[in-house]
Amino acid sequence: MAQVFHRSANLISKVSIIAIVILIGVLTYGFYQIEESAWYSNIGLSRQQPVPFSHRHHVGELGIDCRYCHTSVEKSAFAGLPPTETCMSCHSQIWTNADMLEPVRASYRDNVSISWLRVNELPQFVYFDHSIHVRMGVGCTTCHGPIASMPLTYRFGTEYMSWCIDCHRQPAKNLRPRAEVFNPYYQQPSAVHPVSYNGVTYTDQLTMGRQLMKDYKVASLQDCDTCHR
Amino acid sequence: MDSEGSQTTVTERQDSLVKPGFTLGTVTDKISSIVLTRGTTKGWLGGFAIAFALFVLLNIAMGYLFYRGVGIWGINIPVAWAFAITNFVWWIGIGHAGTLISAFLLLMHQKWRTSINRFAEAMTIFAVACAGMFPLLHMGRPWLFYYLLPYPNVMWLWPQFRSPLVWDVFAVSTYMTVSILFWYVGLLPDLATLRDKAKKKISQITYGFFSMGWRGSASHWKRYEVASLLLAGVATPLVVSVHTVVSFDFSIALVPGWHSTIFPPYFVAGAIYSGFAMVLTLAIPLRKFYGLDGMITIKHLDIMGKVMLATGVIVAYGYIMETFMAFYSGNPFDHYMIMNRMVGPYLYVYWTLIACNIAIPQALWFRSVRRNPLALFFVSIVINVGMWLERFVIIVVSLHREYPPSYWGMFYPTRWDWAILAGSFGLFFTLFYLFIRFLPMISIVEMRALVHKTEKKEQAA
Repeated sequence: MAQVFHRSANLISKVSIIAIVILIGVLTYGFYQIEESAWYSNIGLSRQQPVPFSHRHHVGELGIDCRYCHTSVEKSAFAGLPPTETCMSCHSQIWTNADMLEPVRASYRDNVSISWLRVNELPQFVYFDHSIHVRMGVGCTTCHGPIASMPLTYRFGTEYMSWCIDCHRQPAKNLRPRAEVFNPYYQQPSAVHPVSYNGVTYTDQLTMGRQLMKDYKVASLQDCDTCHR
Repeated sequence: MDSEGSQTTVTERQDSLVKPGFTLGTVTDKISSIVLTRGTTKGWLGGFAIAFALFVLLNIAMGYLFYRGVGIWGINIPVAWAFAITNFVWWIGIGHAGTLISAFLLLMHQKWRTSINRFAEAMTIFAVACAGMFPLLHMGRPWLFYYLLPYPNVMWLWPQFRSPLVWDVFAVSTYMTVSILFWYVGLLPDLATLRDKAKKKISQITYGFFSMGWRGSASHWKRYEVASLLLAGVATPLVVSVHTVVSFDFSIALVPGWHSTIFPPYFVAGAIYSGFAMVLTLAIPLRKFYGLDGMITIKHLDIMGKVMLATGVIVAYGYIMETFMAFYSGNPFDHYMIMNRMVGPYLYVYWTLIACNIAIPQALWFRSVRRNPLALFFVSIVINVGMWLERFVIIVVSLHREYPPSYWGMFYPTRWDWAILAGSFGLFFTLFYLFIRFLPMISIVEMRALVHKTEKKEQAA
């Protein structure tokens, strides 16, 4: 009886076994690369706002405190977006004729809020409270990134659950003294940049973080219903 | 002396595992001709059409389920588990007989498994496919089923390893993998036989492709034997472990009627009980319509009847102990649970179950019943029904009267419940019809070995 398959089938079958393993590996690798990519997670995404507001100018160059505009960050879940009046507290005096600020003046004149587009927005099924994080020594820049050098505000973290839970599993990695929470230039303690807290100078984040956890009574909350209520 | 001797031989022959007169060649021809030369008969086409129609019904029911959600079923609080979970437990139980026959009996050197193991293994795979479908259909968001698997994800979450539902995922997926591997390895030499006997080019290529270059060389056979034994060793613990894990779905919970240490052995016995019933339900028509009574003999039916009887007695013991413990424990909730089963709103289901699983199968004590294919077929159908009802009683009747009376309710199946149940039969029989049409339903290789051994024994005698 004639052979059903050509001799080359022997080689093809062996190669295909290896190829399947490699293909599965490549697909898995590709999948995780996509998931980690900025294209998928929107890291670095800045949006076309009604007014091209620059945190670099206001925070970095002028040194305005975060809480001047985001007034409710220490008291409520929502940090708060400033009403037009907050803008006008300065801009009624300076840059009063700048074209760039016309939407702000229009908003003030017509009593219609400026429709800012949110850069950071958690899904509705996630409960998040700014006030408790601020109170426990989580700095603004820990999650929002180097805000003082952002000409246009962009998203700093992935907002994946892993991003939240990484810190919830080990808060000591990120905590800072309360006095430093709103400092946009804060750097974690190191030999070069020691941080002093409560009269002690720390050169190591974990040592200080553990002390802060003790002092501020920070628990590592990991129950599902901490965030998904 | 001489006449007595010949008398014994005749009785032995009548009672052999393979009808006398088969040779190595005729065994191969007989089994392979069903696939290769018999063609598509009207009987096959008719049966397949019915099965496929039910399979289409399953697809419609699933489509509507995905569109509307599980609310189309009769489930609600308190009875949140009903038909889907009943079907799941029932179908996965069916599979256990196949594994027992193919793996456990192989290790035990039981020759009577030879002619029934191939289609029993196929039955296992198709039954597990039907079973595996139900927990997924039962999810609110079935497209997120992969959350049950431990894979690195952006949530940095693992499944809850303390939950028996996660154990289920591992038990069922392991079971499916091992069953398919075992079945496929066993098929290799037979696929090569079909490749060599096939006349059509397309059959040669297809069977040739799946036989993976089997040439029947001595080294092939050696590896084949080693692989079969190893897989049998892997599969044998699964006979016990899979349904044990399934029983944990219930016994880990605190619902009266679920929370019981007797569940694992009782579930495993029940699984083998229903599995053998299903093997008989399939084997009796197969041997009739395909003229296989020379290979699946009366002795096979007799032995399987005995296995059913033995496992049925264990199951009956389970029922009796459940009732006994309910009273002996002095626990008022257990007491109420048993009374509710016997005289509550679902009493008809309970007593039908007792009739199907305990009363009627006692007929198997009689040799004449075990050796009568029609009677045995009837008993096997009754046991299949009874085992389905058993799971229904455990799941629904326990849930509908949980602790606080404010939490009591009733379950009534909707037409979609029935559609999915009927549809799962459609899926099973569609696969099974395709299997008997395109693959050898009896292992040619093992039958040849059996015939060879029988011949040698006869020559020696």
